[in-house]
Amino acid sequence: MNSRWLGCWALFIKEIRRFYSVVVQTVFAPVVATLLYLLVFGQVLETQIETYSGLTYSQFLIPGLVMMAILQNAFSNTSSSLIQSKMHGNLTFVLLSPISSFELYIAFVAAAIVRGLAVGVGILVVGVLGFDLTWNAPGWVLVFAVLSAAMMGGLGMIAGILSDKYDQLAAFQNFIIMPLTFLSGVFYSIHALPGMWQQVSQFNPFFYMVDGFRYGFFGQSDVSVYLSLAVTVFFLVIISAINLILLRKGVKIRE
Amino acid sequence: MSSPSAVQFQHVKKQYGELEALKGISFEVEEGSFFGLLGPNGAGKSTLISTMAGLVTPSSGQVKVHGFDVIDDYRETRRILGLVPQELISDPFFSIRELLVLQSGYFGLRGAVQSAWIDELLERLALADKANENTNALSGGMKRRVLIAMALVHKPKVLVLDEPTAGVDVDLRRTLWEFTKELHQQGHTIILTTHYLEEAEGLCEKVAIMQKGEVKALDTTATLLSRHNYRYLRVSLSEPAQSLIKPLQSRLVEKEPNGLVFKLEKTASMSELLSWLHESRLKVTDVSSRDVSLEEVFLDLTGEGKS
Repeated sequence: MNSRWLGCWALFIKEIRRFYSVVVQTVFAPVVATLLYLLVFGQVLETQIETYSGLTYSQFLIPGLVMMAILQNAFSNTSSSLIQSKMHGNLTFVLLSPISSFELYIAFVAAAIVRGLAVGVGILVVGVLGFDLTWNAPGWVLVFAVLSAAMMGGLGMIAGILSDKYDQLAAFQNFIIMPLTFLSGVFYSIHALPGMWQQVSQFNPFFYMVDGFRYGFFGQSDVSVYLSLAVTVFFLVIISAINLILLRKGVKIRE
Repeated sequence: MSSPSAVQFQHVKKQYGELEALKGISFEVEEGSFFGLLGPNGAGKSTLISTMAGLVTPSSGQVKVHGFDVIDDYRETRRILGLVPQELISDPFFSIRELLVLQSGYFGLRGAVQSAWIDELLERLALADKANENTNALSGGMKRRVLIAMALVHKPKVLVLDEPTAGVDVDLRRTLWEFTKELHQQGHTIILTTHYLEEAEGLCEKVAIMQKGEVKALDTTATLLSRHNYRYLRVSLSEPAQSLIKPLQSRLVEKEPNGLVFKLEKTASMSELLSWLHESRLKVTDVSSRDVSLEEVFLDLTGEGKS
């Protein structure tokens, strides 16, 4: 491997080991919390909410919950790692190394994808074993899982770079990420919403990630899977560009 | 691209809003030298050092390390440079050894040779018995050792130490200087900032004294000391002095319980001095002289000693 990419690889491994060292908090706890959603909402709303034909509500719910967990955990991984590194000062070690802004970005985002997928797989295992979940197009499942985790990992990096303290990061997470994920069609098909709310939902980029991901399981979706792919890629490109600008300018990490 | 200089600062300015932290610094540090960067708090030493490492981007001007620009050729300069930052840094997730292995990885270094170097660093910096401990559990002195090991993990040609002995015990200070001298003898360029001017005087071949973002003096340590053409004379007395004749009054710098300290031109003759002491009817028990120290040169240049 080229020595440049060895540096990027080392940083990626460091980020993996960082979240693995607290795996109960970073993987097992989100899996259990998400399964509780499945248990409670699945039971209570099983007969209340109309979904795609031939599916139980729990079956419909599982891909949405998996994607929600992927999004939230990919975001948490980069944002918490960056802010902790800034607070403890150990980001300096990376900044003093020959790792470029692009390599730093790739390493952090790749680790966020791994954590997001680790949590997602944990939930999916229960879904497949317990709820007879089927895979219509596993390729789409993987594409949306990876791209969405990358996008959220990138968003987490922006939040981590711009935040000076945990309080600011919590505000970003609770007032932006949480509402957008909850209102992205995780718990319902947007066709079940009144007309205006259907239109509002279509301005939420997370909706396309959930919808495209769900298409991979059921072969059915609220909007075209290609539209969902285009929106996801578009936001990934925008967020990557913002990250690279922030990292190259050294905003809040170099003076 | 080749240059005999290890580091070149060319008209380096750094502006933070209204504050001009660096006011057009220009000087060179020769390859293989032991260089001291001195100055009071807020002089701009750490800012200047950080421009070398890419932690601070100059508002204007250029910094080169071994002929490479620190911005355009950052990969080369960061491989050449090792920085021990002033602030203590920790990582709650990893042990000391793990941190050193990871840091090596950032430089693309791994394998048996690198492992042996990490072992040597741990041994030399007396960290071997703590190698598997988390940095959060370490004392300030131990954290400082870890920072030095981290800076040396890629065997940099230029080692920059920003106040490395601040808050560390005598034992570590000695260990650190022995190790640093050895690195210097092996051909490494060492750049040091310190508040302990005796250390700078003993170690550094060349010194820059900074104040308020400017270089007030830059010369070899010996020249800086010799440029100040005076010495100090301590006269021990068996009885307190009653009065002094004019030539002594003008040269008196300190009154001690059992003696007086005079600042004399190096050209002043000793016999003339003894006659002044005799004329002042002083009961002299001992006379000792010493040359000016770097600290006194520093205080003279920066005005820090004036009340």
